[in-house]
Amino acid sequence: MKVRVQNHWPPGHIRTPAYLRGKTGEIEREIGLFNNPEQNAYRLPPQQQRLVRVRFTMAEIWGDAAETPDDVIEAEIYAHWLEPA
Amino acid sequence: MGGDPAGGINHDQHDFALWEKRVDALMVLASSAGLMNTDSLRRVLEDMGEEAYETMSYYERWIASVSQNMVESGAFSTAELADKMAQIKARGTTYGDAT
Repeated sequence: MKVRVQNHWPPGHIRTPAYLRGKTGEIEREIGLFNNPEQNAYRLPPQQQRLVRVRFTMAEIWGDAAETPDDVIEAEIYAHWLEPA
Repeated sequence: MGGDPAGGINHDQHDFALWEKRVDALMVLASSAGLMNTDSLRRVLEDMGEEAYETMSYYERWIASVSQNMVESGAFSTAELADKMAQIKARGTTYGDAT
């Protein structure tokens, strides 16, 4: 399933890498439920969030500058940052 | 720091100083007591900004973050921390040399 990382830039502590925001990838696997680090960071009672491993191509991240466009990078991203693409 | 030139990687192994081991232990104790967690440690570290990253050592940044987390969670006040820091400073510069 294809997903896009939301291109959001709120202040505060966020574990979603900046270089992946707005990028589209493929779900590689569901990892499970984990405490939301965005709440944990402020010692608020954390809600459980799905953590998802997403596979991105270098072409998607670097565009024409990609040296090996078919290579991939996988990142673990909380589901509330992902939308269907 | 993300995207900036960083030079070569220093592969030298080194022993940790006693105070660094104590900072590590304090983080574990404070976390197991529910006073902080990995994400709250990282939040303060990242809010300290680029200058702190360039000028402070790894465990200097950690003790700053642990201290701020302990103040935020009510383990001690900034005034109590200041009093304790003054007491320890008065012990002299060799206090942390024990191994």
